[in-house]
Amino acid sequence: MKLHEYQAKELFGHAGLPVPMGKVARTPDQAVQHADALGFPLAIKAQVHAGGRGKAGGIQVVADMEEAKAAIDAILGMTLQTAQTGTTGKKVSTILLEKGVDIDHEYYLSILPDRDTAALMIIASTEGGMNIEDVADKTPEKIIRVRVNPLIGIQPYHLRRIAFGLGLSGENFKSFCSVLAKLYKTVIDNDLLLAEINPLALTAEGDFILLDAKVDVDSNSLFRHKELAASYDNSEDDPLELEARKYNLNYIRLSGNVGTMVNGAGLAMATMDIIKQAGAEPANFLDVGGGANAEMIENGFRILLSDKDVQAILINIFGGILRCDVLATGVVQAAKKIGLTLPVVVRMEGTNVDEGRRIMAESGLDLATAVDLQDAAEKISTIAGLA
Amino acid sequence: MSIFVNNDTRLLVQGITGNEGKFHTLQCVDYGTNVVAGVTPGKGGQDVDGIPVFNTVEDAVQATGANASMIFVPPPFAADAIMEAADAGIALIVCITEGIPAHDMLRVKTFLKSSASRLIGPNCPGIITPGACKIGIMPGPIHTSGTIGVISRSGTLTYEVVHQLSRVGLGQSTCVGIGGDPVIGTNFIDCLAAFAQDDATAGIVMVGEIGGNAEEEAAAFIRDNVDKPVVGFIAGLTAPPGRRMGHAGAIISGSSGTGSAKIAAMEDCGLNVCRNLGKLGVFCSDVFC
Repeated sequence: MKLHEYQAKELFGHAGLPVPMGKVARTPDQAVQHADALGFPLAIKAQVHAGGRGKAGGIQVVADMEEAKAAIDAILGMTLQTAQTGTTGKKVSTILLEKGVDIDHEYYLSILPDRDTAALMIIASTEGGMNIEDVADKTPEKIIRVRVNPLIGIQPYHLRRIAFGLGLSGENFKSFCSVLAKLYKTVIDNDLLLAEINPLALTAEGDFILLDAKVDVDSNSLFRHKELAASYDNSEDDPLELEARKYNLNYIRLSGNVGTMVNGAGLAMATMDIIKQAGAEPANFLDVGGGANAEMIENGFRILLSDKDVQAILINIFGGILRCDVLATGVVQAAKKIGLTLPVVVRMEGTNVDEGRRIMAESGLDLATAVDLQDAAEKISTIAGLA
Repeated sequence: MSIFVNNDTRLLVQGITGNEGKFHTLQCVDYGTNVVAGVTPGKGGQDVDGIPVFNTVEDAVQATGANASMIFVPPPFAADAIMEAADAGIALIVCITEGIPAHDMLRVKTFLKSSASRLIGPNCPGIITPGACKIGIMPGPIHTSGTIGVISRSGTLTYEVVHQLSRVGLGQSTCVGIGGDPVIGTNFIDCLAAFAQDDATAGIVMVGEIGGNAEEEAAAFIRDNVDKPVVGFIAGLTAPPGRRMGHAGAIISGSSGTGSAKIAAMEDCGLNVCRNLGKLGVFCSDVFC
């Protein structure tokens, strides 16, 4: 679960980490007031759940009120298209205004769980303000990686290794160590899957300050972080994805025209792939889960049908816990209630498959049955006229 | 023979009194698994269909000699359950639970390094040696006894693969679902090393998906250490970057974790990569027969 930059900075600020003085605005009037109060130079930053904002024109530094007004007009309400937003882009409805700082040097600092070693990985570099993957590609010697055993937590020697590695000394060394220790604690306390500070700036006055902050909270941990869960801004999310979440359905909208409904994430991904291989494009990922009941199937089916791009639907269920007769009942109920207008191919296998096929066949609905996955893919591409 | 489980496995179930725990315990019993105990704190002294329930894993082990555990405990308490099993000396811990926080699993996995216990999962369908022992939620009847080892990060996708193998006459020695989470206990390489040593396993099918670099590392391990034929499959070639595809671990981050990179690594290391799931059974039949 991604937080906005301003929310991440609130989190870090509460943890005692140094963040720039800033205010959030959602209207031009509010933004101008904040600009006036904060003074200049001033950074004006689009708040969307995507990186690459600077290059796309979502961040501007202004020297006076005239420039500020122009920047506010340009950014607030713009559709920001970055490398991470896709071609549809994201509409900017919130901006962060921050008092500028006099930067002496920009560092990179991040902490994330390392899936292979089960450690907390700290990554640091003297090359801040740039894409860290580019730095790792071109100058790998400038990347410092230190792993922390999660049972002992961060120790002074971890801090020293990184601070010395960055070439720090004296007061800078001490204040950096304090920043890193607090950042580590914030990552642990809030179940963060990523805390990335890029850049971590050293000011001309000799203070470290978190100029940017990117945070990803573990969705699996939200049962113990109710406040973070409530702070999530879902305004950028696809309306159908929001609807699906209400019913505990795992749905991701894509740009194709063949809708899919599958039980299990791996099989759902493989089903998308097989649609593509048959010459069509998947319209979505939908995992109804192992414990789905007839009602969940019905809701999933309704969501697929509300995507106007969908021209055909492939249902692929390998019945284990989810029995084929339950699936069939759900599909038939939904199709009758909604009024089925699209061609549907159903491929079922596993527990109670004969009963499931009988329910489908006796429903009077025009549902094409596939004998196996290969057959399903061929049927769907023929039906959709795409092969 | 087989890997990790066999006729000597004595299973206990943590979370046996919950709906799912009870249902799948009885399915395992039906399959022939020797289920000797259940554990639910506060329900010690009760029984589930004749299986005695204990308050702690320690009590259950002392009373019944259980040497494996299957965990159905809800996510907030699952990490504790795994560590309790390890502390009680359980040799094989299979955690079915989906949704355990990643930081909990970092601590669990680090804790397990100092113990002799093997963890499979979490967020997995479990492990089955057809005809001998089933620990997990997979449908038993699709499996047939044979010589192919199966390793997979997924649940129903594994059933699909096993079903196709059985249909072309390729039975399985052991099938292991290692789980779809980013931090898991037993990984591809652990299973590959065990299958390589297992006399009853003649060939291996490895089912991966997008996210992380476990498949790339496994491919290199196969090149250097495994003489048996291996078929690889990767799910998620059409998945968009930056989105979690159902499994917590199935996410392309930046340029890492893509399906095409995994397939390239597998082919570079000499694996037989099947690109079409619809034809996987036939593909395996060509490779293994």
